[in-house]
Amino acid sequence: MELLSDAFVYLLAAVVAVPLANRLGLGSVLGYLIAGVVIGPLLGIVGAEATQVQHFAEFGVVMMLFLVGLELRPAMLWKMRRQLVGLGGLQVVGTTVAFAGVGIAFGLAWQSALALGMILALSSTAIVLQTLNEKGWLKTAGGQGSFSVLLTQDIAVIPILAILLLLALSGTGVHDAGHATEGHETSGGAHGGEALAALPGWMQALIILAVIAGIIVAGRHMLRPVFRFIAEAKLREIFTATALLLVIGIALLMDFVGLSPALGTFLAGVVLSDSDYRHELESDIEPFKGLLLGLFFLTVGAGIDFDLLFGVPVTIVSLALGLMIFKFSVLFVLGTVFRLKGADRWLFALGLAQAGEFAFVLFGFALGAGILAPELVQTMTLVVAISMLLTPALFILYEKGIAPRVVRGSDRAPDVIDTKGRVVIAGMGRFGQIVTRLLMANECDVVVLDHDPVIVENLGKIGMRTYYGDATRPDLLHGAGLEDADLFIAALDDRDKQTLVVEHVAKTYPNVRILARARDRHHVYELENAGADIAEREVFEGALTVGRVALRELGVHPFRAESKTRTFRKHDLVMLNDLRENYNDGGIDKSYVDAMRGHSETLFEIMRTEQADRTENMERGWTPPPKGDSSL
Amino acid sequence: MKVLVLFAHPRPDRSEVNRPLFDTARSIAGVDAVDLYAEYPDFGIDVLKEQRRLLTHDVIIFQHPFYWYSAPAIVKEWQDLVLEHGFAYGHDGHALNGKITMNAITTGGRHDAYSAGGFNHIELRSLLAPFEKTADLCRMRYLAPFTLFGAGRAVEEGRLDTHVAAYGDLLKALVSDRLKLEKAAAAAVLTDALDGFVHEGEAA
Repeated sequence: MELLSDAFVYLLAAVVAVPLANRLGLGSVLGYLIAGVVIGPLLGIVGAEATQVQHFAEFGVVMMLFLVGLELRPAMLWKMRRQLVGLGGLQVVGTTVAFAGVGIAFGLAWQSALALGMILALSSTAIVLQTLNEKGWLKTAGGQGSFSVLLTQDIAVIPILAILLLLALSGTGVHDAGHATEGHETSGGAHGGEALAALPGWMQALIILAVIAGIIVAGRHMLRPVFRFIAEAKLREIFTATALLLVIGIALLMDFVGLSPALGTFLAGVVLSDSDYRHELESDIEPFKGLLLGLFFLTVGAGIDFDLLFGVPVTIVSLALGLMIFKFSVLFVLGTVFRLKGADRWLFALGLAQAGEFAFVLFGFALGAGILAPELVQTMTLVVAISMLLTPALFILYEKGIAPRVVRGSDRAPDVIDTKGRVVIAGMGRFGQIVTRLLMANECDVVVLDHDPVIVENLGKIGMRTYYGDATRPDLLHGAGLEDADLFIAALDDRDKQTLVVEHVAKTYPNVRILARARDRHHVYELENAGADIAEREVFEGALTVGRVALRELGVHPFRAESKTRTFRKHDLVMLNDLRENYNDGGIDKSYVDAMRGHSETLFEIMRTEQADRTENMERGWTPPPKGDSSL
Repeated sequence: MKVLVLFAHPRPDRSEVNRPLFDTARSIAGVDAVDLYAEYPDFGIDVLKEQRRLLTHDVIIFQHPFYWYSAPAIVKEWQDLVLEHGFAYGHDGHALNGKITMNAITTGGRHDAYSAGGFNHIELRSLLAPFEKTADLCRMRYLAPFTLFGAGRAVEEGRLDTHVAAYGDLLKALVSDRLKLEKAAAAAVLTDALDGFVHEGEAA
């Protein structure tokens, strides 16, 4: 039961530390680190086995790269290419070269210096993105620039891994590569590919290319029908299992061939990023990735050498500060070159000045591959952690000190988004489709969810963007962007699910207006009580139209038929409103039935009467003056 | 000439005068009579369709009760949407050049009410200035309004049939091009007494 007691300790640490860290504004990554520190060096609960756990947890990184690939949209990337290649690319390359130079100046071998430079060039996506999002700075020029750089860095992980692999394979033998044999099977693959080692070089290359091509082709053509088949079974856990199977399978395949599993899953993610199942895959993999990654940071924290920290605190801290000042300078210059001004430039340079969590992963890999010395890794791990720790302080500095003072100039015209605000629609059946078509014809930003894979596919064929998933699942709704939505439209055909969805959305997203499809008048009351702003009976207008056309067919003048219909609708609405209180107070009881009958009788009277009665709307319009009026 | 009668009455089921007038118009060869409220009960005027109609006719008659010194609302909607710049007016808008247009109306007030000394203190034709000026801008010929005064008592006073018959004569005269257009354009008003306005000749 050692496994269970270990699991208990780790989970407890995470559950205690992370919410606390979030409260203090430090972010969850730091929370995990600190938790690790506490249960490791501080309390000594966790010891040497932490490194074993770390290998296991590295799989979280593989999953993360899958999700990164999934989130990427090639079209969006193409649009942002100038920023990505220019701003992002220059930041990565420039910082790498700068740090490598410093490393060489300090006497490191060029391979180590290069590795160190690349690793330290990356910033913390988790901390920066989260903060920018929370404070609403993401939409500013500075925020957008930061986002581009972070995105580039995410993508850059792949070539970095490749370069590190090359450095390792080129047989540097710089340091004791004893750890290599322990096997970093997951993120590294430094020793993987033994199966191919026997083959000639060109054949190896060919097989590798074939595998990559295979992933792309399979992803594009095979996976969709497979997912549809699984989805039709409507067993959620099987879909999750399939997603995991996919990720693990690719990781194994890549490892077999000697490539980085993260690269493979990243590719698979990119290929699947425009499929209908993207949201579902995200929802399913995200929790696993979150936990494994958290576990990873925990183990990193547990592995921190505190003796080192307390031994040479000044060195460590000054290294950290030096790192941040250096990165800040590079970023500041880049920001100037790319025409960021004032507060935006400060936000950009301050926000990204730290080294990121990916450093821990890459350090581990570099260590195992013998590219970096263990002491160096220990030191730099501390330095990176400290830089991350200091980041919230920098944001506070920006918020309180710089933002208010520096005049925000109109450096760049903000991207004008033509869409009229975001609408999330749940349910793309007969009802939802009509609503969606009308909204999209008016350039609204529509996100659509449906749980029938057949519908999703068919709609995809005619060009409508629909995402597969059960709309009653909170995580799917969240992933659909309900946080930033203006409007939520519940268009499911299941009466009870409708009420459930409305209830959940009303409670969780109080700022979103809710329109709901109602089965009948009683469902209207139910939905309103659940929090819908407007509930519309699904067949009412359709039936009314047929009624109106029927009147015309029977010889009633079209304009009169129109007026009569309008009156009917108005009266029905009056009845709906009048009976609401009665219904809410006791449901369909005798008093309700009586009241309803009373209303119906009034309606018949209204429709029947020919009197030019002034109190009644129906006959009132265009009434000629009485014959006896001689004043004219 | 091809005659188009655009009929506008929101409650023809209650109409004593306009309804029979419209029925008459429909029965005459060479006349196309359109019930605007029936065709567009939701006011969704099909602009292209209406413009095509205008192109294929030579005489455009608005037949309606004189609601509040004007026409029922759908006529205004029609004017606002159909008479587009570049079609009906403006330097490229010549579609209606030279066509004839007029109003055929029924009023509540008596004839003498529509005079300088009468109740309304204005001539009827002056009150129809918006229609006349619209016609001028579209380079059309505006004729005096064919009118039934005191329409509210026409049936009781036995004036309906004469007026309906006169309307028929007017339409037939227009179809066979026997109306004295200059005289009709210069007159203050056209009533049942049409004799001086129609060339004798072919039988009606």
